[in-house]
Amino acid sequence: MGINRRDFIKLAGLSALLGLGGKSAFELVLPGEVEAAEKAKPAAEGITRWAMVVDMRKMNDQIAAKCIEACHSIHNVPNYIDPPDPKLALPDPLKQRWQIKWIWTDLYEHAFPGMEQDVLWEKLHAMNFLLLCNHCNNPPCVRVCPTKATYQRPDGIVMMDMHRCIGCRFCMAGCPYGVRSFNWRDPRPYIAKINEDYPTREIGVVEKCLFCNERLAQGLQPACVEASGGALTFGNLADAKSKVREVLKEHFTIRRKPHLGTNPQVYYIV
Amino acid sequence: MLEKALVGTKRYYTLLGVLLALIGIGFATYLWQLKFGLGITGMSRDVSWGFYIAQLTYLVGVAASAVMVVLPYYLHNYKAFGRITVLGEFLAVAAVTMCLLFVIVDLGRPDRLFNIIKYPTPNSVLFWDMIVLNTYLFLNIVVGWMVLESERNDVAPPKWVKPLIYLSIPWAPSIHTVTAFLYAGLPGRGYWLTAIMAPRFLSSAFAAGPALLILLALLVRKYSKFDPGREQIQTLAKIVSYAILVNVFFFFCEVFTVFYSQIPEHMQHFKYLFAGLHGFGKLVPWMWFSMVGMITAAILMVFPKIRQNETTLALVCGLIVITTWIDKGLGLMTGGFVPNPLDRITEYWPTTPELLISIGVFAIGGLILTVLYKVAVSVKEEIKA
Repeated sequence: MGINRRDFIKLAGLSALLGLGGKSAFELVLPGEVEAAEKAKPAAEGITRWAMVVDMRKMNDQIAAKCIEACHSIHNVPNYIDPPDPKLALPDPLKQRWQIKWIWTDLYEHAFPGMEQDVLWEKLHAMNFLLLCNHCNNPPCVRVCPTKATYQRPDGIVMMDMHRCIGCRFCMAGCPYGVRSFNWRDPRPYIAKINEDYPTREIGVVEKCLFCNERLAQGLQPACVEASGGALTFGNLADAKSKVREVLKEHFTIRRKPHLGTNPQVYYIV
Repeated sequence: MLEKALVGTKRYYTLLGVLLALIGIGFATYLWQLKFGLGITGMSRDVSWGFYIAQLTYLVGVAASAVMVVLPYYLHNYKAFGRITVLGEFLAVAAVTMCLLFVIVDLGRPDRLFNIIKYPTPNSVLFWDMIVLNTYLFLNIVVGWMVLESERNDVAPPKWVKPLIYLSIPWAPSIHTVTAFLYAGLPGRGYWLTAIMAPRFLSSAFAAGPALLILLALLVRKYSKFDPGREQIQTLAKIVSYAILVNVFFFFCEVFTVFYSQIPEHMQHFKYLFAGLHGFGKLVPWMWFSMVGMITAAILMVFPKIRQNETTLALVCGLIVITTWIDKGLGLMTGGFVPNPLDRITEYWPTTPELLISIGVFAIGGLILTVLYKVAVSVKEEIKA
């Protein structure tokens, strides 16, 4: 069976439309998205791209506790594990179920599952890694949110609009790092001292670390960075002269689950 | 035609009364949930979807399965199914309504429900799920009602109904595909991250839905003067047989890939469900019952004698409804969330208030189904007389 020129062109056109031509169809619909999903965007000049480096050589449990306290106290994060009023103490399954955490610590095998090995650098066993939202360059939570209540700012911060969130918790299923918390009940009685400068949350919305967007707006560093005594470095990855960029160039760093293509913006020096 | 729903036997009124009572209890519990928050359920930071979303998933399947009576009648001109298409469509109406209600009771902020429409976000699968479910509900109400009314008046259905019927055929698998895509595209959940999730959803739906329809048809025959027909039930039984076999096959495909590849992120969820992990294994007996029961049912359905005897058929269909429900209604959600992305385990079990609200939603579905079936059956009885 022969094929004439006319049919060949028809076929070629159709297969290109159907994406058989490889990347080209993607390029038409989502220009640049394929590359963005595959590798880190090169930082363009004049753009801000916030990133954080956690230096585990300088981090210890005391500093981590200070970072957590600094964050949770200014952001009105409730404490269900150890409530401000002993009368509010909760039974065991409830306090874990309702827990809200923006920043916390966990062991290597839980922070970096899949990277365990039979014989591990001994120091790792005792290390508690500081965990928080990775502000992924390619965030799955933003992809799944049905109302744009969670969205990405041009500077990379993955934001939450607590007034738009419908509490469907799709973002919690989408996040591969477990950084999102939901208000299963009214959190206010469990906040030790309410910071009037920051909103408290209502029942039924999701919350997480926002890289202290409110402090960045005032030219301040995030609260955890300020409390870390140098163990945390925060800055603009797009700025060639930034400290965070220097630190990343000088040290080997690891990130959580980089193989998922989310491109996390929290880096760890071990 | 709706007036047919207003007059019935004492048994009919009793059934409605029981359903209304269950709806009342569910609604009162829901008011409590609205006031306190979703903390009255067993869900947690780690298992952030539970019984509600699992029921949504199962019922989307039941709804989609209406296509198994619509398609043979309209595309293959299989006349026998003309008698029961309306039963399939009305089952779909009840099932989709329950689906939508289960989404609503699961929302932390139901008062902001319309944000999904106010801020349409096409990159979210939930946005598409909202569209396909509502459209499917609309299609089945209109088609079921118009065709039944024409049948009553002994005229052909209006011409504009035909395109809607044809549209409802591909629409049915689409609702379950989109529901599978809610889970199957999430990067950090190894249990769900599988291309065979949508096919598995469809196969279990096309087994469970028609199996439920067989049970309903047998009930209709027992309690009314309308007989859905032996041939119709037997054809449905064949559909159930193929679908349950395919479903078991798909499950083995999944198990092979997961366990031959030995990738821990995928294996650990199966280990949790079927063997228990780090000493936690609440669902182990359920999952084994589900899988052994499903395989047994698939084998039994192959034997013509078992299928042709309506008593054994009903028993096997009951087994299929239960085992596929455990797989989707219990295992799917918890299995996806345990262990969590940090390889830690928080188990989940629905609480009493959560179950009462769910029973309330099921009762609303039951009420819709009872009323619509009453109308359909009365019309069919009237035609016969």
